[in-house]
Amino acid sequence: MKTLEIPRPTELNLVERVLAGDHAAFYDLIRPYERMVFRTAVSVLNNEADAEEVAQEAVLKAFKNLASFRREAKFSTWLVQITLNEARMRLRKYRAGLYESLDAGQESDDGDYIPKDYADWREIPSEALAKTELRQALAKALQTLAPMYREILVLRDMEQLSTAEAAEALGISEASAKTRLSRARLMMRDALAPGYDGAWSSGEGYKKVRPF
Amino acid sequence: MKPEEVLINCGEMFHLISNYVDDAVDPALRARMEKHFRTCRHCTAVLDGTRNVIRLVGDDQTFEVPASFSKKLYAKLDEYLKATQK
Repeated sequence: MKTLEIPRPTELNLVERVLAGDHAAFYDLIRPYERMVFRTAVSVLNNEADAEEVAQEAVLKAFKNLASFRREAKFSTWLVQITLNEARMRLRKYRAGLYESLDAGQESDDGDYIPKDYADWREIPSEALAKTELRQALAKALQTLAPMYREILVLRDMEQLSTAEAAEALGISEASAKTRLSRARLMMRDALAPGYDGAWSSGEGYKKVRPF
Repeated sequence: MKPEEVLINCGEMFHLISNYVDDAVDPALRARMEKHFRTCRHCTAVLDGTRNVIRLVGDDQTFEVPASFSKKLYAKLDEYLKATQK
């Protein structure tokens, strides 16, 4: 688990303190989630500069609306929801005047996805992770995903939300979340597996591998 | 033939691998999938690759948050709180 898990009473306690006027407690409440807020914003906007601004707006909004946070909910899911809303509002502003709606042009999430290639991709040597080539390939693969796939992948596999939490934050059913996640992972694999022939660690560049 | 021995084809497998990795398939289906993996290199390659994607995407080193992000965020928050506390 990558996200720092704060015991629930402590987190609720921080919420109570902020609401009672101890504004400094809000910093402690937000700190474990600041990266999550940023990366969630990137997943919608696909742009770091916009995501920084949206993340700031989302955190301010969380502060202003803290009284409406339901105690039985999970703070992280609530915060992700606010961030997604802010990011989508920003996107809508950009698209104002265009005919397409937010969902226009998105692929439907039903239907089968067949891998393009069966390149063998067994192991990631740990040193390969430190390589710029691999990081760039990952960033590029993520950027080329349609937003509906990038969002679920970021919430589930990057931020480690459960399927139920991610579905709730995105306002979709769990079944739909699972289907989108499956597609997202297969598309990422398709984008990355063929390059994984040692190129990331040897620096020899891209080669397609089709062992079958 | 027992029902759990009904063969799964690769198309169905591609659909299920993500749930399999998340441990979100029931034991009977899991057993059928494992049987398929034992004889199918394609699906095994897709399984390994899916696991690698999850591992890479979940690695904190993979996607960096800009170094100045945190500082700017708290500066903004300071500014807002100062203005409201007047």
